[in-house]
Amino acid sequence: MDLVSKPYAQAFIEFARHKPEVLCISADLTSSCEIDGFREQFPERFFSMGMTEQHTLSFCAGLALEGFRPFFHTFSVFLYRRPYDQLINSIAYANRRVRLMGFLPGITTPGGITHQAIEDIAVLRSVPNLTLLETGDATEVETVLEVADAIDGPVYVRVWRGLVPRLFTTPFGFNQLRTLSQGKDVLVLSAGITTEEAMRATQALIQTGVSITHLHVSTLKPFARQAFLEALVGIRYGIVTIENHTIVGGLGSIVAEILAEEGIAKKLIRLGLQDTFAHGASRPYLMKKYGLDAMALIRAIEKLLHHTTGLTANELPAVRLDTVHNEAKAEAL
Amino acid sequence: MWQDEVRRVALGIRQRVFEHTLKNQGGYLSQACSAADFLATLYIKTLKLGPSIAPPVPRPFAGPPGVNNPNSFTGADYHGAKQPEYDRFFISPAHYALVIYAALIETGRMAPAGLDLFNQDGSSVEMIGAEHSPGMEVTTGSLAQGLSMAAGVALARKLKQESGRVWVFLSDGELQEGQTWEAFQVIHHYALDNLAVIVDVNGQQCDGAMDSVLLPGSFAAKLTAFGAQVIEVDGHDIEALQQAAAIRPLQRALVILAKTCPYQGMDYLKKRYPRLHYVRFRSTEEFNELEAAIRQQLYHLK
Repeated sequence: MDLVSKPYAQAFIEFARHKPEVLCISADLTSSCEIDGFREQFPERFFSMGMTEQHTLSFCAGLALEGFRPFFHTFSVFLYRRPYDQLINSIAYANRRVRLMGFLPGITTPGGITHQAIEDIAVLRSVPNLTLLETGDATEVETVLEVADAIDGPVYVRVWRGLVPRLFTTPFGFNQLRTLSQGKDVLVLSAGITTEEAMRATQALIQTGVSITHLHVSTLKPFARQAFLEALVGIRYGIVTIENHTIVGGLGSIVAEILAEEGIAKKLIRLGLQDTFAHGASRPYLMKKYGLDAMALIRAIEKLLHHTTGLTANELPAVRLDTVHNEAKAEAL
Repeated sequence: MWQDEVRRVALGIRQRVFEHTLKNQGGYLSQACSAADFLATLYIKTLKLGPSIAPPVPRPFAGPPGVNNPNSFTGADYHGAKQPEYDRFFISPAHYALVIYAALIETGRMAPAGLDLFNQDGSSVEMIGAEHSPGMEVTTGSLAQGLSMAAGVALARKLKQESGRVWVFLSDGELQEGQTWEAFQVIHHYALDNLAVIVDVNGQQCDGAMDSVLLPGSFAAKLTAFGAQVIEVDGHDIEALQQAAAIRPLQRALVILAKTCPYQGMDYLKKRYPRLHYVRFRSTEEFNELEAAIRQQLYHLK
């Protein structure tokens, strides 16, 4: 698999190069959000705000009111936890075209509770006017910018940074589901970093004869309801969602709501943080500990099938391990 | 003489808010006392605004903004068309809405009938103004966000090389919010000298006198330390207000601390000091006494 180092860095430069109304806003996490290169090339469109997130959200609303399109870069947690009131009153209510670029979503950071945005989708899905996007590979990181910029209203994006696998060859498709495999036993929906992990599991499962439809979700709000329902036709045993987020209010809840509204009696297993906080540790460790890795998906599918495949971690493609310090990261977080 | 016009408007604001408070058995009356003189000065003399382009009688609320609602509107049109050389005026303490509506009527920007829609179901003339309310362009009822939004507008106008100023009306209670100080740091860092702030320093907040709620210290010292050019004036001295407002500091925002009296022009309210945030009546006798005393002062003392 192709691994891309810092796809966002160059993508943002190319995206913004000929768009003078695009402004790059940072809150003291410039290299951590891979916009240090932009700062050097376009200092007149780079604005350092220091650690003033509450102010910065309102400030971005003011810039947007005047026709600029501010892209505010910081860690996901700092975009909505501390400044939630500003997000609502300054940005969302007025439907301002502010782009909130959230880095290190979920448990992709060893920063622990203070740095792990594990309930952002749940919180933000309830905010009217807000669009929610999540990137699941290098291609989506590179192409999400044009998608976000085309939306008439505020957008929150979960951005994958550092060393990012390239899984897809086609660009980010707004409100579309990517079909990664097709089958009739179970339907798997994954998003963000869980897609790469789910692919490790589905590849092994398919070899044992399990028939799987695997959909990758990159637009969480709105949600491609019709495409999901079409993929569900003929699925025999049930659905598994796997998300880098608490199971309350995220992808699993989105699917549950649709099933209930449509009156579809299908088993649903929601993988993700089981209504718990995590703590500071490496990503593979946390994915395993909290059950959002390939083995957790295999066990969930076996449960739906009432059948044990006999697969163990030894049969899976190797886990990618990032070192604590590497060239693709500004710090150890 | 512009001074005569300012005094007429200021008296008109007090009279309208007073009549409205009687009619509704309560209202933000002391805010008219403290803010009428500087608001009249701003609207008549200081602000460079075009004539209102909004319907004289405000439209009903047309739903929140959003891609599926082409009908939503803001109240900014009461401040005229946007032009590069014109000023913008942002009202941060949205609970002063009644005072602002009265000011818009007195300055010919809104029809007197507009005030009949105040706090009526379905109306945009809301009690706590939001961006659809006359004179409002952004939603500021959650205090301290107005300054940050206006600062964003100020930076944007600098980038667009527009000559107009960005004025913000703040209440002193908002200086307790942390966001205010985040904003002043950024305003200082980007030298937003096209930004001008006027603060109603009436020393009042919901729970009573600010001194009893949370010791404010010296606003002037704090704001100066945060990089603003601070002018302290008597908020009822219209000549001093206009002189202060005419200052355009270089590389710094202007902050006018308008020291005001929360019962200016309605001496009877002094009896209620310091509980003046929202005036209501506990008995008919109290109502009658207040009405007689203030009516005498507002209509017969010239």
